[in-house]
Amino acid sequence: MPETREITLGAAIKEALVEEMRRDPNVFILGEDVAEAGTVYKVLSGMVDEFGKDRVLDTPISEAGFAGVAVGAAMTGMRPIVDIMFGDFIGLTMDQMVNQAAKIHYMSGGKWKVPMVMRATMGATRRSAAQHSQSLHSWLCHVPGLKVVMPSTPADAKGLWKTAIRDDNPVVIFEDKMRYGLKGPVPTGEYTIPFGVADVKRLGEDLTIVATSSMVEVALDAARQLEEYDISVEVIDPRTLWPLDEQALIASAKKTSRVIVMDEGYARFGVNAELASVIAEGAFYDLEAPVKRIGAMHVPIPFSPPLEDATVPTPQLVLEAALALCGKS
Amino acid sequence: MTTAVDKSRPFSNIDSEQLMRMFRRMVMIRQFEENANDLYTRALMPGITHLYSGEEAIAVGVCEALRPDDYITSTHRGHGHCVAKGAALDRMFAELLGKEAGYCKGKGGSMHIADPDTGNLGANAIVGGSMGIATGAALSAKRQGNGRVAVCFFGDGALGQGLLYEVMNMAALWKLPVIYVCENNLYNEYTHNSETIAGDILTRAKGFGVPGVSVDGQDVQAVYDAAKKLIDSARAGGGPQFLLCSTYRFTGHHVGDVNREYYRSKQEEQLWKTERDPITLFSQWLIEQKIADRTRLDQIKSEVETEMKKAVQFAMESPYPAVDKVDQDIYA
Repeated sequence: MPETREITLGAAIKEALVEEMRRDPNVFILGEDVAEAGTVYKVLSGMVDEFGKDRVLDTPISEAGFAGVAVGAAMTGMRPIVDIMFGDFIGLTMDQMVNQAAKIHYMSGGKWKVPMVMRATMGATRRSAAQHSQSLHSWLCHVPGLKVVMPSTPADAKGLWKTAIRDDNPVVIFEDKMRYGLKGPVPTGEYTIPFGVADVKRLGEDLTIVATSSMVEVALDAARQLEEYDISVEVIDPRTLWPLDEQALIASAKKTSRVIVMDEGYARFGVNAELASVIAEGAFYDLEAPVKRIGAMHVPIPFSPPLEDATVPTPQLVLEAALALCGKS
Repeated sequence: MTTAVDKSRPFSNIDSEQLMRMFRRMVMIRQFEENANDLYTRALMPGITHLYSGEEAIAVGVCEALRPDDYITSTHRGHGHCVAKGAALDRMFAELLGKEAGYCKGKGGSMHIADPDTGNLGANAIVGGSMGIATGAALSAKRQGNGRVAVCFFGDGALGQGLLYEVMNMAALWKLPVIYVCENNLYNEYTHNSETIAGDILTRAKGFGVPGVSVDGQDVQAVYDAAKKLIDSARAGGGPQFLLCSTYRFTGHHVGDVNREYYRSKQEEQLWKTERDPITLFSQWLIEQKIADRTRLDQIKSEVETEMKKAVQFAMESPYPAVDKVDQDIYA
């Protein structure tokens, strides 16, 4: 095991960015309030002091514009990191991401490349209402040409971020805004984590929970509670939604024969639906029960705390679903 | 209609070899489009295409003022920009026909020709879609200190896209070497732009502190002269520039847009074709100035015709891509 220390998710992300910007002068950050402000969540605090305002570039509030500028800069030798303050704002960038960044390599017959990273947030319960709380990552998973990364721990975030910056394709990283302050062990030395490799966060025998980002901790919490019911839960985090480690998910499903998929996007037409389909197609004859989807309630995120809390999956919800799947409810 | 080309122009800043190259390029674009239309009407070309005929002076005038390593972004009406920046005709036709030998291996087609070798960042089928890309290329050029500039071609229809105003603002703030070239051909697809454009076009640029110049887009020398000044200024650190070219497309919005009297009259089209054809006007001037005679100009047209025939034949005889290439080139 490598030597580690406990740092926060936010600190792990910043370490990855700092190390990569020291390594490669073509890497730069652009977005709203990234320089002296260090972003809303202060994840980039102090970076402008080391790298200057040209490489930590404050932009006007023009998401489509600076996303487009990043696409052009990426095509011509730079490696931009586009900071989108809230994931809800990706709607403003969609033409640049979907019609430009994602397709330029293909449309040009493989001649132009777009090595850029977009970072955005996801996750509810910050009392920020319907336009600052959504988890819209499934939109980008739908588009060939993009890669979508969803780190759940500080160590994963750092390793995946470094891989993203070195990738020659447009990569979108969604960070759980509620977890920037949570601590975890992070290796002290240099490392990267490859895309398309799921991580087993907990080994188990009776039930698989496939969980992404914010839902990993919820799944682990439920798994601990389920020990009391003699249900041994395996928790798998795909870490990247595209590329997706389908084999790891299918193998776990075949082993345990019961599966819950959990993603904080809406349960329908999204990541949950895709994960459930992959498992159903790959492990159908080994399953004892239909795959259960648990995601955000299909409503706009409300402001009022009791209402907002009701839209987000909880360990209790997972517990009940798990007991039902295992015939113990 | 705008003023006629200044036929009394006593001399040119452009040497005669360059003038003849510009003439040839304009003829190439016109003939390329005539051949594209022919391929379409004979059902030999998949899909549709948008012809640049009538606007040749803009692409040629602007690109003549660029270095080979400068960047351009182009539009759905992009063949002229590709040719003017130096693309090979055979590979362009191959792309129009969806062949493996095309610039994009047949994956892009008429609206997406891209070519790193000539600095062509790609034609874009989203109206205004490449404005960010051109501005980003200019940001790279500035950061890398390589002296390049980026030209963003777009039509008057793209003035309705907010992206222009976002990126022009950033280009002005950061003094980026980008030249926004608006080809005002009066029509947003099938709608006259009196219905779509409020206020004055150049004032839009001036509002951001971006120097703007208006030029007769049918006069290739006027376009060249204006573009050269703006490009030189951008290259010298003067920040973004805006060039407004008044022009006209001689054909429909696309090759299938044949019955178009509901949005513009045949008389209007005829007037532009007889009075304001950029190739005719340039020919007249070259002859009057004794830079070339009619025989020489006809000879160039005939040489280009031969080139075109070869290029079309190459494309026709080229194979389609193997079907197993369909899922290649998605990721680098």
